[in-house]
Amino acid sequence: MAMIISNEALTPQIYVMKVQGDYNGKMGQFYMLRSGMSYPLLPRPISIYDIGEHDISFLYRVVGEGTQQLSKLLPGQEILLEGPFGNGFPQVEGSLSLIGGGMGTAPLLLAAKRYPHAHVYLGFAEQSFGVEAFQAVAASVQVKIGGSIVELVNPAHYKYMFSCGPTPMLQALALQTVGTSSRLYISTERHMACGIGACLGCTIRTRTGNRRVCKEGPVFPVEEVEFDDLHGM
Amino acid sequence: MISMACNIAGVSMKNPIIMASGTYGFGREYKEYVAPTLLGGIVGKGLTLHPKDGNQGVRINETASGLLNSVGLENPGVVAFLKEELDEMTRWDTAVIANIGGANLEEYVQAVALITENAQKRRTMNRRGVDMLELNISCPNVKQGGMQFGVQTEMARDVVRQVRNVTTLPLVVKLSPNAENITEMAVMCEKEGADGVSLINTFSAMKIDIRRRRSVFENTYAGLSGPAIKPIALRMVHQVAQAVSIPVIGIGGISSVEDIIEFTMAGAAAIQIGTYNFVQLRAGAELVEGLEEWMQREKVNSLDEIRGII
Repeated sequence: MAMIISNEALTPQIYVMKVQGDYNGKMGQFYMLRSGMSYPLLPRPISIYDIGEHDISFLYRVVGEGTQQLSKLLPGQEILLEGPFGNGFPQVEGSLSLIGGGMGTAPLLLAAKRYPHAHVYLGFAEQSFGVEAFQAVAASVQVKIGGSIVELVNPAHYKYMFSCGPTPMLQALALQTVGTSSRLYISTERHMACGIGACLGCTIRTRTGNRRVCKEGPVFPVEEVEFDDLHGM
Repeated sequence: MISMACNIAGVSMKNPIIMASGTYGFGREYKEYVAPTLLGGIVGKGLTLHPKDGNQGVRINETASGLLNSVGLENPGVVAFLKEELDEMTRWDTAVIANIGGANLEEYVQAVALITENAQKRRTMNRRGVDMLELNISCPNVKQGGMQFGVQTEMARDVVRQVRNVTTLPLVVKLSPNAENITEMAVMCEKEGADGVSLINTFSAMKIDIRRRRSVFENTYAGLSGPAIKPIALRMVHQVAQAVSIPVIGIGGISSVEDIIEFTMAGAAAIQIGTYNFVQLRAGAELVEGLEEWMQREKVNSLDEIRGII
């Protein structure tokens, strides 16, 4: 159990929760969070948003009853969390862009801190959130509300690209990257139960066989991913 | 002096807490959170003769106090299990139970024969092999095989009989709550030489994605587990335990020490933890420790004192 320091709404549906304690984790990894209530049963996989000296933060959207419950927790209350899980984004050298769509911006903040020279592209459907956190650490941040953020990105300019967001956005970016030498890594999402690779509930089909999003992922080189398997999740 | 030890079909276990198939991988993933040696036993991921990719689409979906799964028996196959997983599992001081599924009778028989042969070979080299088999005739999540055998007693009889013919290993049959008559099924297993029965597997169930106007799962139906099914599992364990003299292993939504006691009072010789492993990463350690504390507090020296008292 860990104590919640703050749990603020950035928009009516988007929250940032800060939890007290010394936690570790790499960019793109996640923790399993649970309010401690008996329902819903399962913890929720939430990517690490930020790590401070004695705290860890999670940016999350209220989508179902699990996240609804998380959003009702108050500072001083306790939460169960386990992690860090998953592989995270790779360590790279050279030009890098970070492309996030909506909630997919969350796992990119640690990468922006780790690579201040990276160009950041943030796309939102209707309302932006969390942009200031990127502006505070990145040299370049471009934001687009409505339309496709991918249109602003020229993959040929980057040796590496890290991206997270809705599947159509990731697929558009993948198509745009074809024929360039840029290496694109994308973070995927799936319903999870155990979070540690035991239940095979989050398995996706890739070009190299079945892979567990919680264990071999959530980050995959784009050439491994079968987008057909990601749609409709 | 408190003892949690139990004996299932000749296999001694330090406590009655066994990790259920499909919820614990082959134990490796959990070992940094729960020392395998704390546990009574581990049932490995359901195995088939040949490797299986499992189902496409959504595999996991949460429901009120329960979990729907449609993993579809994704597994590396018996040969890869024996080669890549068994060595590590047998290094742990905990019972190693192999759960076997099949698309047809021959697959069951061949898979069990391979594991038995492997156990015998290892024994001649003074090495541990699989300690016990759990025959899965009750997986609702594969189109072919699995549950079709577990619904009708006469169909299940063939599988149990033929498998019994090719193995000397302790054999437990995992029963389906979807069986036409689970008590009759258990009695049949005993008659055919099974050393125990474990119950229940998941209920065939469903969830609809109203936005997309289709079932959430590619196979339409999925298996329901978790606290939602516990009272029904308990009733079934109680009925079966009264009808057979072989050990009954209770499974179904067990999520607390109190649940373990209830199943024991209903007649279970041991229990398996499934969905609760996902709720609480350290479920095994928590329950082993909690059970010991409960026994001390209640001055119960052995679970035999309360087993089947209802």
